[in-house]
Amino acid sequence: MSEDDKSFMLEILTPDRVIFSGEIIYLRAPGIEGSFGVLKNHIPFLTALDIGEIEVETSDQKYFFAAGGGFAEVLNNVVSILAETAERADEIDVERAKKARERAEARLRARTEGVNANRARAALVRAMTRLKIASKI
Amino acid sequence: MATLRDIRRKISSVKSTQQITKAMKMVAAAKLRRAQENILKTRPYAYRLNQVLGHVAGLVDRSIHPLLEEREAKRIGIVAVTADRGLCGAFNQNILRKATEELEAQTKDVKDVFVIAIGRHARDYFRIRPYPVIYESYDFFSHLEFANAVRISEEIIRLFTQHELDHIHLVYNEFKSAIQQNLTVEQLLPIQPVKPDIGRRKLEYLYEPSPDQILDALLPKQIDIQLWRVLLESNAAEQGARMTAMEMATDNASEMIDKLTLYYNRVRQATITKEITEIVGGAEALNK
Repeated sequence: MSEDDKSFMLEILTPDRVIFSGEIIYLRAPGIEGSFGVLKNHIPFLTALDIGEIEVETSDQKYFFAAGGGFAEVLNNVVSILAETAERADEIDVERAKKARERAEARLRARTEGVNANRARAALVRAMTRLKIASKI
Repeated sequence: MATLRDIRRKISSVKSTQQITKAMKMVAAAKLRRAQENILKTRPYAYRLNQVLGHVAGLVDRSIHPLLEEREAKRIGIVAVTADRGLCGAFNQNILRKATEELEAQTKDVKDVFVIAIGRHARDYFRIRPYPVIYESYDFFSHLEFANAVRISEEIIRLFTQHELDHIHLVYNEFKSAIQQNLTVEQLLPIQPVKPDIGRRKLEYLYEPSPDQILDALLPKQIDIQLWRVLLESNAAEQGARMTAMEMATDNASEMIDKLTLYYNRVRQATITKEITEIVGGAEALNK
């Protein structure tokens, strides 16, 4: 590895598949206490992830992912993202996300309180994140 | 000597057995394909989660979370993961033998041992043995779901955090390939630290939010995921074992049919020869 090599490893994993695995030069991910960026030689870092957008830059391309919460570990130039769910921008089913958004909005309008309202709010955030990311390609 | 009819009957009986084993082999092959896909998809996540937690477990104060607590091992739990069904070679027997060995070894160290029986075979086996079964779960492999793993995981976490068990080991068949299973013994709880590969530098994480909040969310998930992986491993290994066993049974049946057919022909020939000799003998007697 030469001095000006800026690349490090990233793996994005969900319980049912490997979403991304490869050398990258920049990562931005939605930490629970705010979005954070990672470059080469980042200090060891362990964080919970919020629902949101993951941005990945390789030496020649940019990728966007919609993540549905989880964890990230940065250690020794290897970043592991253990997400509950994650999709690459071009895999997002826009129709399904739109329907999910409508459903969630309808539920919130019905003003049910407690667990259901929280779930609807989370579903709404997930759907809106997906739509936002899908629009980036 | 067996009559021709007896041999014919035997041949047709072996043939119908062969048809069954052949069908079972094909069913197992189809199920294996799906089971193999599932385990291969789950492994990367499970292994990585294990690794990340291993790193953390090596760093934090162990008293920070009940699932990390290292106690003197007085009460040992052995989780024996077998299949619900048989006819898969030595698959179940291997697990039960290994689990019994572990139980015996721990008992020699004057430990109290308990069995957590997963799968119908483990349950039936330990029900009539002197080791107390503290929890059992069976008849779910045919429609295996993540919820099955969560149910077992919740019970194991309860047993551990309420100090009913101090150490919990898993005995299961790891899926290696369609024709090979690895009999595996692993410690599930307390979580074992993994040394990160960073040379001599001292590792210090930055946590967001605090370590105990992260562990609170990660540790129960870890147990869920590890058990889920083990159930998937065992399920894929079971289908592989059954496929191999049924293939061998089919081959053996073919061999048996060949031998019986040969025997049948020999007996038939002998019968004809005997009849001819009798006729010739009779004719000669008339000529005199």
